[in-house]
Amino acid sequence: MNAKKELQVSAIQNGTVIDHIPAEYLFQVITILGLDKCGNSVTFGNNLESKLLGRKAIIKISEKFFKDEEINKISLIAPHAKLNIIRDYKVAEKKIVETPKKVVGIARCMNPKCITNVEAVTTRFHVINTSPITLKCHYCEKITDLKNIRIV
Amino acid sequence: MDNKSLVSIDDYTKEEILEVLARAAEFEKNPNCNLLEGKVIASLFFEPSTRTRLSFETAISRMGGRIVGFTDSSSSSVTKGETLKDTTKMVSNYCDLIVMRHPIEGSARYASEVSDVPVINAGDGANQHPTQTMLDLYSIMKTQGTLENLNIFMVGDLKYGRTVHSLLMALSHFNPTFHFIAPPELEIPRGYKIFMDKNDIKYFEHTEFDDIINDADILYMTRVQKERFVDPLEYEKVKNVYILKNNMLANTKDNLKILHPLPRVNEIAVDVDTNPKAYYFQQALNGVYARQAIIAKALNL
Repeated sequence: MNAKKELQVSAIQNGTVIDHIPAEYLFQVITILGLDKCGNSVTFGNNLESKLLGRKAIIKISEKFFKDEEINKISLIAPHAKLNIIRDYKVAEKKIVETPKKVVGIARCMNPKCITNVEAVTTRFHVINTSPITLKCHYCEKITDLKNIRIV
Repeated sequence: MDNKSLVSIDDYTKEEILEVLARAAEFEKNPNCNLLEGKVIASLFFEPSTRTRLSFETAISRMGGRIVGFTDSSSSSVTKGETLKDTTKMVSNYCDLIVMRHPIEGSARYASEVSDVPVINAGDGANQHPTQTMLDLYSIMKTQGTLENLNIFMVGDLKYGRTVHSLLMALSHFNPTFHFIAPPELEIPRGYKIFMDKNDIKYFEHTEFDDIINDADILYMTRVQKERFVDPLEYEKVKNVYILKNNMLANTKDNLKILHPLPRVNEIAVDVDTNPKAYYFQQALNGVYARQAIIAKALNL
């Protein structure tokens, strides 16, 4: 069964596999991680079956190894994402994403009267709860909860 | 004292709150001084606010400072499309301190980050109005002799009232017991209840405005604003329920003081004004001393 799943997206020799991404957020994860501008070989599959998520996406990036703070950016929209670090076609290391204490430039404040929605100000949030994710705007101090999170 | 902006009441620790209140008491004894001699203070009011602006300008004038600025955005370059960032950076070149009122929430925090001089938030939309909170605290301290262990009753629009929220946060340092009196549509937001639960702060909620106020040390009145109601009939039902009348004060505590951030409409009957427990006009005067102390702290004077 596992082998069949792997075949849906071709294997990589070295790099990172990001699994358990909610299907609807695949392209946002690509944007957040800058993969749309990345010169490496990137393959992805979407709407794959998942017991955890129903439908999931998976991304494989060749010759790319993320720093923790880079990958943790996706925790807002893909809190269950798992990373497999691949070396010579084998899983060398497994990681899970962790919610950072601060979220900068990723999410939009849900308050339409917030300065970040009026002028070109980089959004900044303090994470006041991780499950469910709850963000407090650094500027207007309003709360943005999980169902209202929009990625910039 | 640190040289720093005051954007949110949370920017002050308990010790800093007490330090500023003590300084306000000094300014009340000697309001006229030359602490700001040679200093230029920018008063940037992007929306009109006569009371707050005049209070600040009085504070600055009594300290010997000079004021530049504007009283509403129509007389500034905002009408030409200039951003808040550019206005703030430009003005911060000219002055030693910026006092700013702006309708957009978070604008004061942002201004404090792009400004080269301290920024004092004189109100940013429905978010924060920390100098109002400091004058409320000063009024409570003056009339009660302490901020500790008081019964604080808050009445009216507790959902949208930023002065209520900031005062609640500031008093949380001082072991208060809160009583919130409001219609269900305007009850204190859940986030503040979670905050009080987490910090073991006692609070009670009521919808009726009656003799429960006999336990109050401070009765903090606010306006129930018609425009906050989705259903105008709901407003009609409650609009006269939260009017404080003089006869309601007959059995209240001797030390009770009635506060209101003003302007008042009809939520405090005029016959209350002559009651010695009415304190809202003195409260407004206290704003000058509190703001003198805040300015002195921001400029490390």
